[in-house]
Amino acid sequence: MKDVKTLEHVTIRFAGDSGDGMQLTGNQFTQTTAFSQNDLSTFPDYPAEIRAPAGTLHGVSGFQIHFSSELIYTPGDNIDVLIAMNPAALKVNLNLLIHNATIIVNEDSFTSKNLKLAGFEKNPLDDGTLSAYQVIRVELNRLTLKALENIELSHKEKDRCKNFYALGMVYWLYQRDLDPTLYWIKTKFAKSPVLIEANTTALIGGRNFADSTQIFNTSYKIAKAKIEPGVYRNMTGNEALVLGMVTAGQKSGLNIFLASYPITPATEVLQFTSLHKNFGIRTLQAEDEISAIGIALGASFAGDIGMTVTSGPGLALKNEFLGLAVMTELPLVIFDIQRAGPSTGMPTKTEQADLWIAMHGRSSEAPLPIIAANGPVDCFNVAYEAIKIAVQFMTPVLVLSDLYIANGAEPWKIPNPDKLPEIKINLADKDDPYLPYERDEKSLARKWALPGTPNLEHRIGGLEKEDVTGNISYDAENHDKMVRLRAEKIQRVGDFVQEPTLHGDESGDVLVVSWGSTYGAVLTTVDFLRAKGEKVSFYHLRWINPLPKSLGKHIKKFKKILVPEVNLGQLIHIIRGKYLVDAVGFNKVKGLPLRIDELKAAILKLIEE
Amino acid sequence: MAEQTTVQIDTTITKQNITSDQEVRWCVGCGDYSILAQMKKTLIDLGLPREKTVFVSGIGCSSRFPYYLDTYGFHTIHGRAPAVATGVKLANPDLSVWVITGDGDGLSIGGNHLLHLFRRNLDINVILFNNQIYGLTKGQYSPTSPVGKVTKSSPYGSLDGPINPISFALGCSATFVARAMDRDPKHLVEMLKRAHAHKGCSFVEVYQNCNIYNDGIYFNLTDPATKSDNVVYLEHNEPLIYGKEKNTGVKLNGFKFEKAELKTEADHEKLFKHDEKNPDPGYAFMLSGLTENPELPTPLGVFRELEQDSFDKMFHQQIEDVKKDKGKGDIKKLLLTGETWTIN
Ligand SMILES: Cc1ncc(C[n+]2csc(CCOP(=O)(O)OP(=O)(O)O)c2C)c(N)n1
Ligand code: SF4
Repeated sequence: MKDVKTLEHVTIRFAGDSGDGMQLTGNQFTQTTAFSQNDLSTFPDYPAEIRAPAGTLHGVSGFQIHFSSELIYTPGDNIDVLIAMNPAALKVNLNLLIHNATIIVNEDSFTSKNLKLAGFEKNPLDDGTLSAYQVIRVELNRLTLKALENIELSHKEKDRCKNFYALGMVYWLYQRDLDPTLYWIKTKFAKSPVLIEANTTALIGGRNFADSTQIFNTSYKIAKAKIEPGVYRNMTGNEALVLGMVTAGQKSGLNIFLASYPITPATEVLQFTSLHKNFGIRTLQAEDEISAIGIALGASFAGDIGMTVTSGPGLALKNEFLGLAVMTELPLVIFDIQRAGPSTGMPTKTEQADLWIAMHGRSSEAPLPIIAANGPVDCFNVAYEAIKIAVQFMTPVLVLSDLYIANGAEPWKIPNPDKLPEIKINLADKDDPYLPYERDEKSLARKWALPGTPNLEHRIGGLEKEDVTGNISYDAENHDKMVRLRAEKIQRVGDFVQEPTLHGDESGDVLVVSWGSTYGAVLTTVDFLRAKGEKVSFYHLRWINPLPKSLGKHIKKFKKILVPEVNLGQLIHIIRGKYLVDAVGFNKVKGLPLRIDELKAAILKLIEE
Repeated sequence: MAEQTTVQIDTTITKQNITSDQEVRWCVGCGDYSILAQMKKTLIDLGLPREKTVFVSGIGCSSRFPYYLDTYGFHTIHGRAPAVATGVKLANPDLSVWVITGDGDGLSIGGNHLLHLFRRNLDINVILFNNQIYGLTKGQYSPTSPVGKVTKSSPYGSLDGPINPISFALGCSATFVARAMDRDPKHLVEMLKRAHAHKGCSFVEVYQNCNIYNDGIYFNLTDPATKSDNVVYLEHNEPLIYGKEKNTGVKLNGFKFEKAELKTEADHEKLFKHDEKNPDPGYAFMLSGLTENPELPTPLGVFRELEQDSFDKMFHQQIEDVKKDKGKGDIKKLLLTGETWTIN
């Protein structure tokens, strides 16, 4: 055995052709890392095309994982170790490598054809391009075939096992136990003993090759992180949304009704939810986004909790119905999994630029509560809380997630559903006279009267309501009053939800105010700067509408306010408008998550100015 | 919840208690009044419990309809009533759900939703008020207006080819398709009752006079003087016979319907018999084409009624089947699914 070095944290990225099984390899590495009790965060990066031509730059599929013996909050800015299955995978990721990074390349794929497809004039393995890195050349195709020599499989099928050969090598590098993956292989290929044998042999082959040939000088150890005790599983944002939804359904006793129209990256939510019909969950793939929200709203009128899930272009279509939901004051939950760009944009890239359409996308004054998830695991809580608020306040609630959160994974401490807050339903009593727009004093919510209940027959719709009776009214004073009442009701949500806590000192040079998926990057950056003695604090918004009460108070106590966003400045407008503060934005819109190093520089610059 | 219970009959419904306290705001003389009156009669006759009846509408003059009945009602947005009604029916299949829509609402902006409502065959009744004009927006041509229609938005005549709502519904595989008129109250009530009785999506097109923007377009079908020559009532297993003296019929010549003078018994024999249960969509579709044929009368009545499982029934059955198959969901178990690990 060679040297063993202990590291605090590492970011590695598996990259290859769409057909190379990189997502699968990454997921296996993630699972094993979780079992080793490191903290971790992942970032799958798919190509936009379903089957891009092999070997091309736009066909590269990547899976990044950051793991550590400390608590971490992002999948990492830069790559310490790159596993490049072909020249295109190398090319696409070169600019993300740290100095002296380790690159494991599949030498066999560096053919003149592949080099050309990747746009390399010469072979970068030979021309000094990679002199700043430690390059480990492995004949992955040849070695895999050789390891599987005695197995009865076609050449092509054997070749497909090379991802496990590579994974075996990486497992050696980080002293990982092979068992979880061996177990996975057994279950996955239960019907095909020969595939079990082939993949097992490839995995072990890779590990043994690394062990016996000494191609790595050192192997690494990352100590267990100090993680809260509990039972854990890995969780992506979209899965967490679904579990939050199902749990809220069970806790409230209401039927969950999810109607949706497929759109990346929201589709998975419809797919996962549809698997859970044994919970009485009702799901429907509608003919379009408009119908999806209409079906959900109809279901809510009839006593289910209607929900819909979509991404930007779909949200644009749904907005007229959202106005009706605001007017009729029915519970409804809309998940918007944001993606990059106006129109179709970049469907497989991330962005957080739907805040404005969420806030203002409807005609007239039509406010609704908006909550944003801060990471994959948080999606569970956000879905649960959104449903709770929707029924408690009789209002549509908009949940913002994004592609980065939706596909990213983190270890999740599985909660005990018995300990989650109750979800109270505000039903009208059939023995009382029913006035559809009579309101609860504290929350201003009206009561829910379900069709099928005698004595509560009533009519609602999009026309302006007379206060209390809900009759159609064109009265000027009444309209003014109703507009204000609807707005006030949404403000009162703030009295019933938890305020964020300020991270850091109560006053100082810079307060960073953020929302959504930038949470991890901002937290990491602020902690780093604070450790260096900078007077920086951090306030992360969960409910963006209404804004938390303490935000104004905190803003006054800092010399400067920085609002980092993966858009051109949407939250900052809201903050400037409301608090009349000269906040500064930090904005990048590249289809990629916020980077820690850039944010660090921006904060330092602001302190110096 | 999932099982559709047999509908209770409420004998306490009267014209008074089915009428809401809202003032009806349609123009005096509008055909909508008659349709509302016939709907009330239908609800009373059928004894549909008020609390189990839901009217869902889009936007247009006709779509104000739900406000005037003391049942549950939802006046939604333009064209989208079928979507809302779908949610209502699926959330509670025990409800009797009625969609009220206009020709503009249902066939222009809402054409896509109507298509999907029909092909899904939910047990919902769709009543489309066809006045061949946009009433609420004050008189623009609609998707059922004829080519050349001069309106405020088509001062030189509209160029759009019209939709025949019956053909449209048949083309979308609707399982119950019928036509009635505001000025034929008895027949209209009959059609509403049959629509209700049908377990699946029912579509009734109702010719409605807009006396403000499109007055008289159906008068040749409704005037006692001309009606019998221009209208033929469809009766299952009966030949198509019309005319004041009942001496004209419709016969089939190859793929064409033709007029037949009925003088002798033999002439009667030549007529084919209407078959509303005919599963071949081609037949009903041809019949719907009579509407555009100036030589032949306009059919009223049931064009087609097919029995098929309704979507709502299958939707809930599937949930029950999955429950049986997988066992009722257990949330604690679900949260613990997949590969877990414990940290002490
Ligand atoms: C999204 C939207 N677009 C347009 C309108 C305006 N609008 C209201 S009713 C209507 C047409 C209604 O015509 P029809 O369905 O034939 O009903 P009628 O009034 O004749 O009963 C239009 C265009 C609207 N309310 N909403
Ligand atoms: S405009 Fe026409 S359809 Fe509308 S209420 Fe008046 S008469 Fe009836």
